[in-house]
Amino acid sequence: MARGRSPLVDLADSKELVPAERRSELMSPIEPERTLNDWGRSERIEGLMDRTLFEFFYRYWFRAEVEGIENVPAQGGALLVSNHAGALPPDAAMIAKAIREEHPRPRDLYLTVEHFFKGYPGFSMLVPKIGGVAAHPANVHRLLYDEEQLVLVFPEGRKGTEKLYKDRYRLRRFGRGGFVEAAMRAEAKLVPLCVVGAEEAMPAFAQVPLLQKLTGLIYFPITPTFPWLGPLGMMAYLPAKFKIRFLEPIDMAELGGREAAQDKALVQTVAQEVRARIQENLHDMLAKRKSVWFG
Amino acid sequence: MSRRVLVTGLSTYWGGRLAQALEAFEEVETIIGVDSVEPRRELERTEFVKVSNQHSLLARIVRAANIDTVIDTRLTVNSVSAGPRAAHENNVIGTMNILTACSGEDSPVRQFIFKSSAYYYGSEQDDPAFFRETMLRPHPARTPLERDIVEAETAVAEFAEKRPEVETTILRCANVLGPDVDTAFTRMFDLPAVPMVLGFDPRIQFVHEDDVVHALEHCVFHDTPGVYNVAGDGVLSMTEAASVLGKRAAPILPPWGTGLVAGPLRSLGFKVPSEMLNLMRFGRGLDNRAFKATGFEYGHTSRETVARLGEHLRLDPVMRGIDGGYTYEREVEEFLRWSPHVQRERASDATGVEADSDLLGI
Repeated sequence: MARGRSPLVDLADSKELVPAERRSELMSPIEPERTLNDWGRSERIEGLMDRTLFEFFYRYWFRAEVEGIENVPAQGGALLVSNHAGALPPDAAMIAKAIREEHPRPRDLYLTVEHFFKGYPGFSMLVPKIGGVAAHPANVHRLLYDEEQLVLVFPEGRKGTEKLYKDRYRLRRFGRGGFVEAAMRAEAKLVPLCVVGAEEAMPAFAQVPLLQKLTGLIYFPITPTFPWLGPLGMMAYLPAKFKIRFLEPIDMAELGGREAAQDKALVQTVAQEVRARIQENLHDMLAKRKSVWFG
Repeated sequence: MSRRVLVTGLSTYWGGRLAQALEAFEEVETIIGVDSVEPRRELERTEFVKVSNQHSLLARIVRAANIDTVIDTRLTVNSVSAGPRAAHENNVIGTMNILTACSGEDSPVRQFIFKSSAYYYGSEQDDPAFFRETMLRPHPARTPLERDIVEAETAVAEFAEKRPEVETTILRCANVLGPDVDTAFTRMFDLPAVPMVLGFDPRIQFVHEDDVVHALEHCVFHDTPGVYNVAGDGVLSMTEAASVLGKRAAPILPPWGTGLVAGPLRSLGFKVPSEMLNLMRFGRGLDNRAFKATGFEYGHTSRETVARLGEHLRLDPVMRGIDGGYTYEREVEEFLRWSPHVQRERASDATGVEADSDLLGI
């Protein structure tokens, strides 16, 4: 083939497959008998965990305080970008709970999780049921553009959670700006936010690469409760006070939308700016924080 | 505009049903079915030609009958029902033969419809949750069936590139369920409990057999160039499907080494095909909007498809044996179609056959 692309892609690309104005209309209709949605999200199981486990952690253990909730749009797709911390991160669940509790129009949040969860038995069953979605760009695009949902992404990724305690609140690199590209292609808003408290809730004092290889986990941290308390130690968080601040959104449609996604320099610039704003606000919140446990 | 259609694989479930469905349309002037074995479905005006896969013979038929539409339904997607050699022979070589038969300068073919399978996409851990038609396989094909499907589709795409005057359509159908069709999933759902891999609850999408036949029909009568996913709305998790069927989910397959230990199921009469193993761990979803954008309407969602299958499975033991089977008898069929002594009403052939059967006391 002269062009070097598979002829199948050309065959598929021959015209606009799904006209943009019809993309929502053609989506699957809601079937009232179903309790799961197409991503595997279960309103039953999520509701149960929300009323019990997440409620406990949000209100009594972490005593979360939320600022700037009005920056989360009441409708339309939006990409929430946050710093990431904690060996088994509680921040995603707390952010989702914050939106459900504090926002005037509570919306479901989809949490992007790295693909490894699909390989672990048990875990692979639970994560989709509470709104976890594999961190694939096509998934993020469909959620933002076709379904117009809220999506949470942690650009630091695993590098954020395997950070040691001494490096707390120092943001890692934000990758290649894939999250900015995703928001631009979907012409969605990008809402940066920062979370204080997750680092102290489960601090990792050291990593043990040998044990990580032996157990096959993604990393093997030494925390105050793991591995001493065994697998339960992964769930034993320290009662740090959580503060979540939502920052002012960036409207990708204003920046140029889909065409802007091709501009690598612009993508990098926006990614760095987002990182800088989150870091700045983290420092601000830390300076104002008088105590780790009481705020 | 009258159409002259060639259906390959007439003895397969899809070929037979499609021919039956097309007979009802007046615009379809001629239907010719080819296969190497006799058809298993009663047909009224489809003409069956028993022919091996040789492309030269197929080319003669295509030109002699001035066929303008070719529908290829032979793809076998169940590696259990056919051995790997036979499946490869059928899927890859057979497809190339029919494509060659349609090629050539004097070929009258103007539309080629290929029924393919969503197994093209495969199912791996880091796949997207919904496959769109423009997505290529992220990983090379692992199982023999998937390799065959990729090869066959590539051949069709190359054909389309070389012959731009032919409108080529590829339909990638999700897992099919239904009362009549026999697929790996229908057999699996027929077991007393739904086997699953311990710790995994994959998302699976289904399509009803009627919707697949209507999709093929739809392609004949509408402009549908390119590749399309054919799948019912909605993606179910396996436990959801089991509860819709009213069966228990039995997570008996071990998460690691699943391929080796599918033994207990084999003894129950169900062999897990290799291409299904990954599907039972990670599942697969398809974005079906492109075909809907061409004007096609599905009759059943995924959930409804599973529900219909459940009804059929409950009813089948009661209903079995009520309809007699059908065997193709060449002399009888030729008599019914060509004999001048068979009295038909000129208005439509369909009623004519009913009159014949009354005459013959069948």
